[in-house]
Amino acid sequence: MKKRIGVYICHCGGNISDYVDVAELGKMFHKEENIVVSKDVMFACADSNQKDMIADIQANQLDGIVVASCSPKLHLHTFRNVAIRAGLNPMNYVQVNVREQCSWPHSDKPREATVKAAGLIRAGINRVIHSESLDNIEVEIKKSVLVIGAGVSGMKAAIELANNGHEVFLIEKEFSVGGHVGQTGKVFMTGQDGRQIVDKLYQQIKSRNNITLFTGAVLEKVSGSLGNFQVEIKVKPRHLNAANVNQVKVDERMTFIVGSVLVATGFDHYQPKAGEYGYGQFPQVITLPEFNQLMDKSKGELMCQDKPVGSVAFIYCVGSRQTKGENKYCSRTCCNAAVHTSLQLKEKFGNIRAYHLFRDIRTYGKHEVMYEASCRQGDVYLKYEEKEMPLVSAEGKQLLVKVKDYLTAKKEIEIPVDMVVLVTGMVAREDSTRISEHLKIPIGNDKFFNEIHPKLKPVETVIKGVYIGGSCQGPRNISESVQSALSAAAKVNTLLSKDTISVDPVIARINPDACIWCGKCADVCDYTALKEVEAGGKRIAAVNKAVCTGCGICAPVCPENAIEVAQFTDKEIESMIDGFTTQFDIPERQQEAEESEQDAVTQMKEYPQVWKEILAGMTNEQNTIPQIAENSKLSKELVTWHLMTMNKYGIVQPARMDEKELYFYYKVKNH
Amino acid sequence: MDNKLSPKILVFSTEKISDPGIDQAGLKKMHYAPSVYVISLPCSSGIKPRWILHALESGFDGVFIAADGHECSYSSRCAEHTNTIVESSQELMKAKNISPKRVRMAALCSVCAEPFMNHMENFGKILSAIEE
Repeated sequence: MKKRIGVYICHCGGNISDYVDVAELGKMFHKEENIVVSKDVMFACADSNQKDMIADIQANQLDGIVVASCSPKLHLHTFRNVAIRAGLNPMNYVQVNVREQCSWPHSDKPREATVKAAGLIRAGINRVIHSESLDNIEVEIKKSVLVIGAGVSGMKAAIELANNGHEVFLIEKEFSVGGHVGQTGKVFMTGQDGRQIVDKLYQQIKSRNNITLFTGAVLEKVSGSLGNFQVEIKVKPRHLNAANVNQVKVDERMTFIVGSVLVATGFDHYQPKAGEYGYGQFPQVITLPEFNQLMDKSKGELMCQDKPVGSVAFIYCVGSRQTKGENKYCSRTCCNAAVHTSLQLKEKFGNIRAYHLFRDIRTYGKHEVMYEASCRQGDVYLKYEEKEMPLVSAEGKQLLVKVKDYLTAKKEIEIPVDMVVLVTGMVAREDSTRISEHLKIPIGNDKFFNEIHPKLKPVETVIKGVYIGGSCQGPRNISESVQSALSAAAKVNTLLSKDTISVDPVIARINPDACIWCGKCADVCDYTALKEVEAGGKRIAAVNKAVCTGCGICAPVCPENAIEVAQFTDKEIESMIDGFTTQFDIPERQQEAEESEQDAVTQMKEYPQVWKEILAGMTNEQNTIPQIAENSKLSKELVTWHLMTMNKYGIVQPARMDEKELYFYYKVKNH
Repeated sequence: MDNKLSPKILVFSTEKISDPGIDQAGLKKMHYAPSVYVISLPCSSGIKPRWILHALESGFDGVFIAADGHECSYSSRCAEHTNTIVESSQELMKAKNISPKRVRMAALCSVCAEPFMNHMENFGKILSAIEE
């Protein structure tokens, strides 16, 4: 129980104190027995205030501090560092959000905002009373990394990590590297061949001694945690030839230890179901990747089923944006890919008519130029809706596509075409669930891997030391995939650059007296952080500190209430609730006019010299800028510029305009 | 909403998902009742039913769980776990003659400022209409 607490309530300029009576709250909490320091401060995060806080903590031997200011997302670490610099355990600091969750949303009700702020601060004080000193967990970091997936994202990440001096193990489940890009022809915008890009990266990998590449290799087992993962991989047999074909080739297993894991396993193309738009039913109906390969192999004339192709219908959003299906998301790259293919089609094979049956064209960013080029070359765009999908049928050997075109008043159009290309989207790798189980990284409903936060922590996972990059996170194009993989590589590099790392001590813990080992906690833990152990002559649960994420999922399922998460204990949470429901007797705020008058006198000493001169020059009740300039012997420009600032701070205020309507009259505010 | 009639609501939010959404409501100066208080946790699946009961017995009119849902970075089964917590809480509440309507759960994302406002307004109306 803390008995010497410091409370700091921030004005945040006026962001808080314009609505919440900060000064009154500061005085109110100061009266409490265990609160040694209670202050209202202009900017709690300012260097000067941080220094004052350190002095207060040391001089008054404070054992807990509460800062009521902005969201903890902004300054939690700022004040934790203040505590550390003052010699106080950072876990004995509580930040109370009286800006985003009080003064701003209740700016319409300042009185109620003040009462709420009092409750929030009371809850923060209650929490800090029960907070415990916790030390970060120090973890040793091995200087090596496992990169899973040798597509362009994984290859590029591996090269960057190797360039930073780390040992890299790069595994690829296929026998060749490059993933989908390795099977792609020209790519937008550079016009480079995908295979050339992959070859260039492969040569860079070969030239680096600190990258070990395993192809035909899959992740088999992972144990350990941040800084020390024990990884086992299985490498499939290869080099079968006439001489050894009869030999029994077995999978080879290898183990190594890495400090971090970077997952860049990429995506799979959506595979249409049998009969979906005639796929599998008519040989002329193929997917976009299959069509690209056909174009790539064809020379002179594009042939399908031994017939020259004169017209192609592209059907968009196949396997994406399914309101009732599994893939509700937009795959975002397929519109671009289809339009790019259409341009390539004309460029390579001349005048083949292209029909684009789309729901919405999403050629975002620089890709829009391709869409314009496609329209200019005469491609026909027809818009359909999901409720009225295009129908693919055949009359004899002639394919027919029927579509209700929403761009021509839902007119039903039947198009005879030689080929139908299904513009398929991206889906998560078939083995993403298996990798997720090995690494314990979460996957979303769409089966792609989940980052902690798409904007704030876009390549981090809840498993410390495991990062994700590229299209294993969700649909993205080559450039975006590489950017994300390089972000993940930068994170890994930061981690591996240290010999040890401090890990947040907010994890679950077991009360051994209460625990009876029922196993329910272990059942709900996705990270296998809880295990049965023998202690004090009975079987109880134990927490693996390096693996536990501190999510707390195990705590509510315990029938004996034997599990708590540090910083979120029953005492802390329930005492916060008590704080919220405390009744406060807060007097009405005094009129600001009275305060301003007093402030103007007291703060006059702090005004810049030029302001004093301007105020001295305001001899009349109302003064125009030329009059002030003349009286104060300053230029009109300088007076104008400073009056604007003084007006902003409420020192002067404009009155009416002069008779000629050339200048405003200014007067000293409230004087 | 008239503050005199505003029920006191405790919101359990989550640090990474719903808390930024609630903060955003403040940032945009969207107004909701000042009788709404927020406790932030790592994951909505970590809320103990005894905390919910404690809140309702201590003067809160209702408890709202801003669940992570499918966006949860800890568990793909988060919605399922949180739902179990709500059900367990409602069992405890029934035993104490507290209406199960006083606890409510909905998924809120990190940009759900407006949905948060709507949830608070609707839940406030529901709580005002409860007669026990």
